[in-house]
Amino acid sequence: MLKKLAASMVAAFALTTGAFAAGGAGHVEGVDFSFDGPFGSFDQNQLQRGLQIYTEICASCHGLQYVPLRTLSDEGGPGLPEDQVRAYAEFYEVFDPEIDDFRAALPSDNFPGSALENAPDLSLMAKARAGFHGPYGLGINQLMKGMGGPEYIVALLNGYTGEEKEEAGAVLYENKAFPGGWIAMAPPLYGDDVEFADGHATDLHHLTEDVAAFLMWTAEPKLMARKQAGFVGVIFLTILSVLLYLTNKRLWAPVKARYKKK
Amino acid sequence: MAGIPHDHYEPKAAWEKGLAKRLPIVGLLYDTLMIPTPKNLNWMWIWGIVLTFCLALQIITGIVLVMHYTPHVDLAFASVEHIMRNVNGGAMLRYLHMNGASLFFVAVYAHIFRGLYYGSYKAPREITWIIGMLIYLLMMGTAFMGYVLPWGQMSFWGATVITGLFGAIPFIGEALQTWLLGGPAVDNATLNRFFSLHYLLPFVIAGLVIVHIWAFHTTGNNNPTGVEVRRTSKEDAEKDTLPFWPYFVIKDLFALAVILVVFFAIVGFMPNYLGHPDNYIEANPLATPAHIVPEWYFLPFYAILRAFTADVWVVIIAETLTGGIIDAKFFGVMAMFGAIAVMALAPWLDTSSVRSGRYRPMLKWWFWLLVIDFFALMWLGAMPAEEPYATFSLIASAYWFAYFLVILPLLGVIEKPDAQPATIEEDFAAKVSKGDGGSAAPSAQPAE
Repeated sequence: MLKKLAASMVAAFALTTGAFAAGGAGHVEGVDFSFDGPFGSFDQNQLQRGLQIYTEICASCHGLQYVPLRTLSDEGGPGLPEDQVRAYAEFYEVFDPEIDDFRAALPSDNFPGSALENAPDLSLMAKARAGFHGPYGLGINQLMKGMGGPEYIVALLNGYTGEEKEEAGAVLYENKAFPGGWIAMAPPLYGDDVEFADGHATDLHHLTEDVAAFLMWTAEPKLMARKQAGFVGVIFLTILSVLLYLTNKRLWAPVKARYKKK
Repeated sequence: MAGIPHDHYEPKAAWEKGLAKRLPIVGLLYDTLMIPTPKNLNWMWIWGIVLTFCLALQIITGIVLVMHYTPHVDLAFASVEHIMRNVNGGAMLRYLHMNGASLFFVAVYAHIFRGLYYGSYKAPREITWIIGMLIYLLMMGTAFMGYVLPWGQMSFWGATVITGLFGAIPFIGEALQTWLLGGPAVDNATLNRFFSLHYLLPFVIAGLVIVHIWAFHTTGNNNPTGVEVRRTSKEDAEKDTLPFWPYFVIKDLFALAVILVVFFAIVGFMPNYLGHPDNYIEANPLATPAHIVPEWYFLPFYAILRAFTADVWVVIIAETLTGGIIDAKFFGVMAMFGAIAVMALAPWLDTSSVRSGRYRPMLKWWFWLLVIDFFALMWLGAMPAEEPYATFSLIASAYWFAYFLVILPLLGVIEKPDAQPATIEEDFAAKVSKGDGGSAAPSAQPAE
C-alpha cells in the first residue's frame, strides 16, 4: 500500500512538473493523417500496423484500459477477423474477480491497464494531448491544419535529442516536444523496431505515424461514424433550410406586397 | 392575454365547448400560438426559439445519457468512456449534449445583447428581463455542474476553484464551502450532489421559461423600433402585427435550421474543439493542471474575477476601509457576481426615454464597445494571469461596469435621440420598400 502510494506520488510529481512547464510547450508540426478533415477516414492497414507496434513495444509498459478488445474487429477500426481477435486477446492476462484469479483475456474484456505505475494509460492520449491551442489560444492551428493529439504523439516520439540526465534517482531524457523538455520515458522507437508482414516502411517517422494513427482510433473509435452522421445532418438540414426559406418567402410575400412601392 | 386586441379562441363543436368549460387548455394554446407579434421583427428575434430548442435538446439527450452514466468518483470517468464506446449512438449523444451547451450559450448571449441594444429590458418588460437573468444564472450553474460529471481533470479542478470562491466570503465562507461540497474537498459527495442538481435545474429553467414567455406575452414583444403596437382597436393592432403562427414560427424555424447546419458540422467534424483536452484525463487530486480554464462561455466573467488583484487601488481602498474583511479574493468574487447584477439592473439604470438603440446615436457607439469588451474579456479569461493580460483585464472589467453604472444613466440626460417612426407599420413599410426579404434598415442592423 505504502509503496503504491509512493509510486503514485512520484507519478503525480512527474505529471505536475511536466504540466507546470507547459507554458513553454515543445514544437509540434502538422502531419497529414488519413483521418484529417471532414471526409477523412482511418486507414485500416495503418491501424493494423499501429496495433502491431503498440503490442510489440508500447504494451510492455502502457495500457489501453478503456478499449474493449472486441472493437479490434470493428469496421471503422482495425477490422481484424473475429478469430484473430480471439487469438490476439489470449496474449493478455486479466484479473477476473469472479474466479478471484488471472485468466487469458477474451474479446469481451478490455485491454489491460498500464503495467508500470508511472506509464500513463494510452486509451485517450490522442485526445488528451491536443492542448496546444495556438496561436494566441484561438485554436487556429487545430482548426485549419487539423493539428491535434496524433501530431503531438508523432512529435514526441521523434523529439528525442539523445541527451539524458539523472534527477532524484530517475533518468530523464531530453525531448523537444515534451512540455518542460525532459521526459521519464526512454526513447521507445528508433526505426526498424518491428517488421511488417506487408513490407511497409519501418523508418522512425513511418512507425510513429502508424502508432499515432492507432492511438487516435483508441481515443476516438467512432470517428468515422461520427463524421458520417455529421455529414448526413448537414445535408438534410441544408435541404430543410432551403425548404423553410422558400416557405417563409411565400408566406410573407402577400404581406409584403401590400407595402411594396409600385 | 396581451393588452393587444386580437381574436380569441371560440369553441365550436359540442365537445370543444364542454372541454373549454372544464379545462381551457385549447384556448390557452391558441392564444399563446396566435399572439399578435410586431411585423418588423428582424433576425435578432429568432434566439428565443433557438434557446427553447437547446433546452429540449439538452433535456432529451441528458435523460438518455443518465441511463448509462454512473455518478461515483471511481466509476464516472469510465462510465463516460463506456457511453462513448459501447452504447449505441452514445458518442453522438454525448457530443450533442456537450456542444449543445455551447450552442445554448451562443444563443443566450445573442439574446441578451439583442435585449440590451433594442432596450427590451425597459418598462414595461422589467420582469421579463429579471426572469431572463435568473434563467441565465441557472444555466450557468447547470452548465458548471454538468462539466464536473465526466470527472476529468478540468471537471475536478474547475469544481475546486469555483467552489473555492465561496470560501472567500468573510466569516461564513469556509463553513459555506464545506456545506456546498459535502466535505472538506471536492469528492464523491460533491459529484453526487452536482449530479442531482444538474438533473433538477433544467426543469426549474423550463418552469421559468414559461413565466418568461407569459411575462412578455402580457406586455407584448418589443421590436426593433421600440415603438409599442397600437392598442386603440383591433384593426389598428392588426396593421402593426401578425399572428405568431405561422408567420414567425416558420421564420424562426428557418433560422434554427441554418444554425443547426453549423451545429451539426461542429458535432460531426470537430466535437472537441470547444472543450478542454485535459478533461480526457481522469481527475487526479494530486496533479494540478498548469492552467485551469473554464469553458468558453464563462471566460468573460472569469476574466472579471481575476482582474481585481491585491494591487488594484479599488481593492486596496476596500481592504483598508473594511479592515481587511474584503480582500482581493472576495472583491473578485463580488465583481464577478456584480457584473451580472448590474446587467440585471439595466431597466433602472437606463434613464433614456427612447427604448431602441436604433434611435440613440450615442448609445450605439457605447453598445458596440460593450460587445467588443465582452469578446476581449472572453479572450483574456483564457490567457494566463500575467502582464499584459492583467492590465487589459482590469480595463475591460472597468468598462463593463462603467457601461451600466455610468454610461447608461448619463446618456439619458445628454443624448439627443433621433426621430422615431410613429408606428410599427411605418417602419415595416419602409423596410419592405427599401429592399426585399429580411434585411432591415442598414443603419441599425446588428450583426448576428
